[in-house]
Amino acid sequence: MPEKRYGMVEATSSAKGRPDPGSPWVGQSIARVEDATLLTGRGRFMDDIGVHPGTLHAAFLRSPHAHADIVSIDVSQAMSSRGVVAVLHGEDIKALTSSLVVGVKAPVECWPMAVGRARYVGEPVAIAVAADRYRAEDAVDLIDVRYNVRPAVVDPRAAVKPEAPVLHDGFGGNVASDRSFRYGDPESAFASAPHRISIDVSYPRNSCTPIETYGVVADYNPGDDAYDVLANFQGPFSIHAVLSRALRVPGNRLRLRTPPDSGGSFGVKQGVFPYIVLIAAAAKATGRPVKWIEDRLEHLTASVSATNRAVSLVAAVAEDGRILALDWDQIEDCGAHLRAPEPATLYRMHGNLTGAYDIRHLKIRNRVVVTNKTPTGLNRGFGGPQVYFALERLVQRIAVELNLDPLDVITRNLVLADAFPYKTASGALLDSGNYQEALRRGAQEGGLAELKARRQAARAEGRLYGIGYTAVVEPSVSNMGYITTVLTPAERRKAGPKNGAQATATIAIDPVGSVSVHVASVPQGQGHRTVLSQVVADVFGLKPSDIRVNTEIDTAKDAWSIASGNYASRFAPAVAGTAKLAAERIAGRLRRVAASQLNTETDDIAFVDGHVGSKRNPDNRISFSRIAALSHWSPAALPDGVGHTIRETVFWTPPELTAPDEDDQINSSLCHGFIFDFCGVEVDRTTLQTRIDRYVTMHDCGTILHPAMVDGQVRGGFAQALGAALYEEYAYAEDGSFLTGTLADYLLPTVAEVPTPIILHMETPSPFTPLGSKGVGEGNCMSTPVCIANAVADAIGAKDVVLPLVPAKLAEIVRGAEPAPPARRTSSTQAKRGGDRKLRGEGEAVVKANAQQVWDMLLDPNTLAAVIPGCHGVEKISGTHFRADVTLGIGPVKGRYRAEVKLSDLDPPKAVTLTGSAEGGLGFGNGEGRITLGPTPDGGTTIHYTYEAGIGGKVASIGGRLLDGATRVIIGQFFVSLARQAGGGEPASGGLSWFARLRRWFGGAP
Amino acid sequence: MSRLPADQHHAVRLMLNGKPCSGDAEPRMLLTDFLRHEIGATGTHVGCEHGVCGACTVEIDGKLARACLTLAVQVDGCAVRTVEGLAPAPDRLGLLQAAFKRNHALQCGFCTAGILMSLDHFLREVPKPSEQEVRDLLTGHLCRCTGYTPILRAAMEAAAELAGEPAKEKSDA
Repeated sequence: MPEKRYGMVEATSSAKGRPDPGSPWVGQSIARVEDATLLTGRGRFMDDIGVHPGTLHAAFLRSPHAHADIVSIDVSQAMSSRGVVAVLHGEDIKALTSSLVVGVKAPVECWPMAVGRARYVGEPVAIAVAADRYRAEDAVDLIDVRYNVRPAVVDPRAAVKPEAPVLHDGFGGNVASDRSFRYGDPESAFASAPHRISIDVSYPRNSCTPIETYGVVADYNPGDDAYDVLANFQGPFSIHAVLSRALRVPGNRLRLRTPPDSGGSFGVKQGVFPYIVLIAAAAKATGRPVKWIEDRLEHLTASVSATNRAVSLVAAVAEDGRILALDWDQIEDCGAHLRAPEPATLYRMHGNLTGAYDIRHLKIRNRVVVTNKTPTGLNRGFGGPQVYFALERLVQRIAVELNLDPLDVITRNLVLADAFPYKTASGALLDSGNYQEALRRGAQEGGLAELKARRQAARAEGRLYGIGYTAVVEPSVSNMGYITTVLTPAERRKAGPKNGAQATATIAIDPVGSVSVHVASVPQGQGHRTVLSQVVADVFGLKPSDIRVNTEIDTAKDAWSIASGNYASRFAPAVAGTAKLAAERIAGRLRRVAASQLNTETDDIAFVDGHVGSKRNPDNRISFSRIAALSHWSPAALPDGVGHTIRETVFWTPPELTAPDEDDQINSSLCHGFIFDFCGVEVDRTTLQTRIDRYVTMHDCGTILHPAMVDGQVRGGFAQALGAALYEEYAYAEDGSFLTGTLADYLLPTVAEVPTPIILHMETPSPFTPLGSKGVGEGNCMSTPVCIANAVADAIGAKDVVLPLVPAKLAEIVRGAEPAPPARRTSSTQAKRGGDRKLRGEGEAVVKANAQQVWDMLLDPNTLAAVIPGCHGVEKISGTHFRADVTLGIGPVKGRYRAEVKLSDLDPPKAVTLTGSAEGGLGFGNGEGRITLGPTPDGGTTIHYTYEAGIGGKVASIGGRLLDGATRVIIGQFFVSLARQAGGGEPASGGLSWFARLRRWFGGAP
Repeated sequence: MSRLPADQHHAVRLMLNGKPCSGDAEPRMLLTDFLRHEIGATGTHVGCEHGVCGACTVEIDGKLARACLTLAVQVDGCAVRTVEGLAPAPDRLGLLQAAFKRNHALQCGFCTAGILMSLDHFLREVPKPSEQEVRDLLTGHLCRCTGYTPILRAAMEAAAELAGEPAKEKSDA
């Protein structure tokens, strides 16, 4: 067969092929089949795919409040806007769909759009559907919603208190689930242990934030009563059942498809599913296909995030640092709704709560709470970062408190190398490993001794240098049944068993004998197509370039199961192995076909270099394509019993993944990789900036299928984990305002911040997977945040450290709380610590007009209308009540606000208190201020003021950094205008701030 | 500068990757939307629409720009280069693109177009850059998949090749 090359020529050297012909492709870092398309701009991502003519575009109106009753929604103005076809709000969605299922048994509804009450900032309140996206966004600005604001709760520890505001009436308070577990005999272990060492930690909210946002195109065909949805959803496809139920159709009337390419997910695109319901409902309501592409503000505010978790962890410890028992108390914060598959983040690690350690006695209390924050979902690491931050911080604390070397404490507690497969106290079956060897090699090859010398030298110079360690087990291939551990054994008996991890692969051979592969795995950039071409090429004796792989999913046509999708690091251990099994089944039949054609025995047949031939007589061979195609052209020529060789689909589920047992033991994952990390960091004494001096990460992920991709996964996970450790937090104010709505507020590490880690490997194959491989993609998200935290704690000698380790937080630890500002300030605004976005100020201004003139101006709507920048008019409701309509811009957001201002405690012409509130599409504000007027010697007036104002909504999310500066600009405009109106005059020092107050009263929000 | 009525469509004519092309745009239409949905050049990606992530970086009249912070009507009469213009032929990769492929400098490939545009421009301006200079340039781009190391490596390899040094055989990740 003549050699034919498919695909691109490269301008320079091509990527490395096999070093030795005949050696397997698996294990080689071949060039990726995905790259040429992506590098030339020919990728087909969600928003690159054309839509049906007449497709409408959707935009969402979202709640500016963390907790508020929706009093009224007026869509009339929006509906009359150009190009608008429909505006739907919560009641419309309720009429078109059913509630999403809730992850625990409770009489609680979970709508994808606020119905009657908004429970987090960014919750969809209405959807505008128009001819294009610009017009849909125009319409959103014209929807008039009135809210009644309720008190909000954002902290999980506060949410469980009896006095906390309650989000859902169907839960007990805000606690959606409260389960206690006991394994072994923890009480005796604690009673007899010489030491009891504890730690309280709070893991923050963060997200792996893919650069491509969510997207959905949905269509509804009333003739079929069927939906067709294209979305960059990543699985798990258990969600398909949630979707079809919500859309009130059987599963076979919801066709869910994914695009060929996805711009990253890291778990996050699981969270697109509530929008699938909303866009599908919009398509049904309008009778037209509807498309929606999320924007970045929407993504950061309201897509999905990892759970934040409050943990109290206590260890019973022997003198030598051996941990005899653990007592976990976890409060998991799932945000405002318990959306599927939550509370899975909490239970994913249930079998692994003892980490890499041999700890036989275990007590656990797991509470799942709701708070006024965005609902949570899948995110790389999924439960691991939260667990290991507590466990590995505790291990370091044990070392410090018992004056032991932290590495000795780790070593003494590790599961022994001859103990595998090792069943943990809570039921996980650790498949294979040699943790001691990994530590030894990691320390040696990673240069631990040298790092210790560097620490010693740095400390001798008075520098803050520390070393941190982590040992973690990285679970992969989730047991679909682990989530049912949230139910009691009795509830599980009633619900029926849930378990397994069905992976699916199809191999097909066409009439010219070329091989295609399909898997239900939905990659988001990992290179699955490349690895599958290697795996299948090895089975058939072909080259990877001979194999074509398709990883799109179409639930109407493809083989899939509820476990399908790209999550729980299941590709290498489960999906790739299943493709191997499917290829081997066809190869087994082809072997019989070839044996009959070549007049030899089946076990003499080998697949080599594009041919099928005799092992004993290599000249007796036939081309692979000829044998492979025979089933198409001449089924009668096939030996009896072969059937066909055209297509084979394999469903594979590991028998080890059984349902939780009566004692709540659960083998939550099939495979368990091992990671040993250590790092040296230096904290700058002046800036308290943390610099990574060296980061070493030793991995055992079983058999490595593609070394470059494994390193790519490690590096990518490491960079995201570095962000979680040092920079990233989805920050909320106490009132539930979301404060990090841009990528200038939610700081992702750039190339300047990410060092190159030293990556080491050892390979202990898993006995439970077809290829011996284990998952590797999530491990550093589990190990790295706590490793860096341990190093920083070592550097600054801190007992407790809080993520992210930003200098401001370290300053509180190293230098104590910041002292209060001087009593008298003239600066206009000040952002307080701890998420308090109250703007406070006080100051003085001098104008030439006398006090009575200024007073009259303040009470005159016409003057005010002229003075307030962006004012469209001031309406005098009464002598002490004004209503204003203003347009103000803060940084990138310019919007219109309705403001109400009331005057009280009037002491004309000397003093007045003003209370105001403002609300608009971009946010809200409210404030109160006291202004006093006094004469100057030359007949002018000194104006003294104090104020306090709060700001929320979109403007707090994206304008947070800009509020100070923008306020000054706006106030400057006020001042110039007022001074002009008052007959000239120059501001005294700080005088610009005078109008911050006016702005609050009349202009309202920033 | 001419004023354009907000409620009208305006013809935008430009040279896109060396070829004349045109489309209609309202004054408020972003260049990203114009390129992607009006012209059909979807290689330029939208990541943040506020100028931080760098995915939409293109070259306008020889200067780098964020297409998400540019209005379509601003490029009327301009020469615009996008990722679709980087390869020397439809079935060939350019030198920089090949270096990316060799070094596994992309995973999902979503941010890649912008990074390629910045590097392509930079390597023409600074033929023999130091690693620090390349690092500085790349701080204008966010990538969530690769951890940046392979991107830096690919850029340095491409720079060396452009400077006439022989191509490296292959580096594994």
